[in-house]
Amino acid sequence: MANEYLVEVSHLKQYFPIRSGFKTIPLKAVDDVSFNIRPGETLGLVGESGCGKTTVGRTLLRLYKPTDGTVTFNGTEVTDKNIHALRKEMQMVFQDPYSSLNPRMTVEDIIGEPLDVHKLYSTRAERHEKVMELMETVGLNADHATRYAHEFSGGQRQRIGIARALAVDPKFIVCDEPVSALDVSIQAQVVNMFEDLQKQRGMAYLFIAHDLLVVRHISNRIAVMYLGHMMEMADSKELMDHPIHPYTESLLSAVPIPDPKTARSSQRIVLEGDVPSPLNMPTGCPFRTRCKYATDQCAAQRPELRDRGNGHFVACWNR
Amino acid sequence: MAKDLKRAPFSAQVDLSKFHMEDFDQATEEEKRQQEVMGESTTFFKDGMRRLRRNPLAMGSIVVLILIIAVCLLAPKIVPYGYADIMKGSNNLGPFEYSAAELAKIDAGEEVFPHIFGTDSLGRDYFIRVVYGARVSLGVGIFASLLVLIIGLLYGSISGYMGGRVDMYMMRVVDIIYSLPDMLLIILLAVVLNETLAPKIQGTVLAKLGVNMISLFIVFGLLYWVSMARLIRGQILTIKQNEYVLAAKCIGTSTPRIIRRHILPNCLSVIIITTALQIPSAIFTESYLAFVGLGVSAPMPSLGSLANEARGGLQTYPLRLFFPALTICLIVLALNLLGDGLRDAFDPKLSR
Repeated sequence: MANEYLVEVSHLKQYFPIRSGFKTIPLKAVDDVSFNIRPGETLGLVGESGCGKTTVGRTLLRLYKPTDGTVTFNGTEVTDKNIHALRKEMQMVFQDPYSSLNPRMTVEDIIGEPLDVHKLYSTRAERHEKVMELMETVGLNADHATRYAHEFSGGQRQRIGIARALAVDPKFIVCDEPVSALDVSIQAQVVNMFEDLQKQRGMAYLFIAHDLLVVRHISNRIAVMYLGHMMEMADSKELMDHPIHPYTESLLSAVPIPDPKTARSSQRIVLEGDVPSPLNMPTGCPFRTRCKYATDQCAAQRPELRDRGNGHFVACWNR
Repeated sequence: MAKDLKRAPFSAQVDLSKFHMEDFDQATEEEKRQQEVMGESTTFFKDGMRRLRRNPLAMGSIVVLILIIAVCLLAPKIVPYGYADIMKGSNNLGPFEYSAAELAKIDAGEEVFPHIFGTDSLGRDYFIRVVYGARVSLGVGIFASLLVLIIGLLYGSISGYMGGRVDMYMMRVVDIIYSLPDMLLIILLAVVLNETLAPKIQGTVLAKLGVNMISLFIVFGLLYWVSMARLIRGQILTIKQNEYVLAAKCIGTSTPRIIRRHILPNCLSVIIITTALQIPSAIFTESYLAFVGLGVSAPMPSLGSLANEARGGLQTYPLRLFFPALTICLIVLALNLLGDGLRDAFDPKLSR
């Protein structure tokens, strides 16, 4: 078991204390989420905004201290003590290429910072050479190393961010909506680059996105989140073709189809109401307030994520 | 072309069949070069300095300040009088006047340096006194501002970066200090220190500075850093939200390095501007205190104490008030204009 999976997340919980008046209410951003990622695999994580996707990614990398649950990397449990060494193995690419690069640093310094922190070079020349190599890997012109981040376009900035993550040669990268801030033509380039890098280096990705088409393109498996809970997880083709959970169904029906004829014949499942506040979570299944199949059992008890065969996990009582 | 594809009616795709190769010319080298539109890579600092150079008021203030500082540094070397040298018989001279003794010397063929601003009632050269006064005022202004900067920077950045409960307690301390009356404290401290500290520092460098000056510095160190600390804390709170700080954490960067490399450089402009504007306020405080008699100790002049001494003979010798007052005005005005210029240059968002 220890070697089959690169990253094992079990019962991860992340509550943020929200103070209102004299009381402190926990905001359950991530509540009891478990999943595994194999080496070299891409797990897509989808869900609407505010459902805790980003928090999962950040808690995974210990940018937040988890409230409960464990993250195991390559057989060793991630703790505050060993996280510094593990940062060399796990990296992150951020969502907003405009705020994720320090405006006062040159590209060379941004990409070189992980090398500085982990002391991965012995001479200045070696550092420079490594940075040049990384810039070439992500398709940046090496002449631009002395420039500042604001002189680049969104796509180029995201490449700088990727080069920074690659600098330590990680085995696992959390991609936190890396393409949602880019325009569509650039999205394709960046997504393809992610794929190429994976082929070359055999890295595993946790690919967070809300664009299902992008996720389907890049992922081996897809996990669907709703209000901090995992709803469904399956191989991407299986999930796309045979969604079981009613939330996944409605999510998939919302994907735009680039052909007017098929689009007209397909049926959109429109959900009633809004996402409940994570401060005031419904009892039992978090989705029951908007689910057309909801029963008394849904209100009483939260469904566990259960294997329905072939690694297709679903958390639902009725389907 | 492999296949004749059918175009959708509103497609924005360019129809290549309408173009022929022979309609196009190869671009010349000249035209290719025109495509290279990338500008010089500018750093934030270079950009700011360029904007600052275009601001005539700020550049004028820099020139005035450099002149004043040059005079302060060079005048004591050129002028043969000391600030405490009492010359018998040459009291109360106007500008460029000579006493009887000096006239006799000139008649005998000796060179006598003119009293540019005249002399005071004790016969001391007034120009050199104003120069020393400006030295004291500028020195106090700059050192007090540096003191405020260092304490405020450390306190503010720790408070802002740590956040949460630490921040809350640290800021309550600031609130308490904010509510203390500063002038009263300076006066009280000066009185107390005069009794306790004065005998101890007898004969050291500190004695020359005077107990009043020391208490002024102590009060600056104790009280005046709070607004700087608040400002820097606020800046850091906003900068901390940026994803590049999170990215640095994700890389494994240590906290001191994050503050040093990622956070402070991004609030540098605010720090420079506030320090530049802090200097004139420190000079004002010093002058005010010197005017009420709490400045540097006796023979050493400061612009405020010169103005105070001039008060007595205001009717007969108005120029004696005019010179130190003009110097204070020039220094403070130039520093304020420079501070404004720096703000416009380094914080362009604020000026609009």
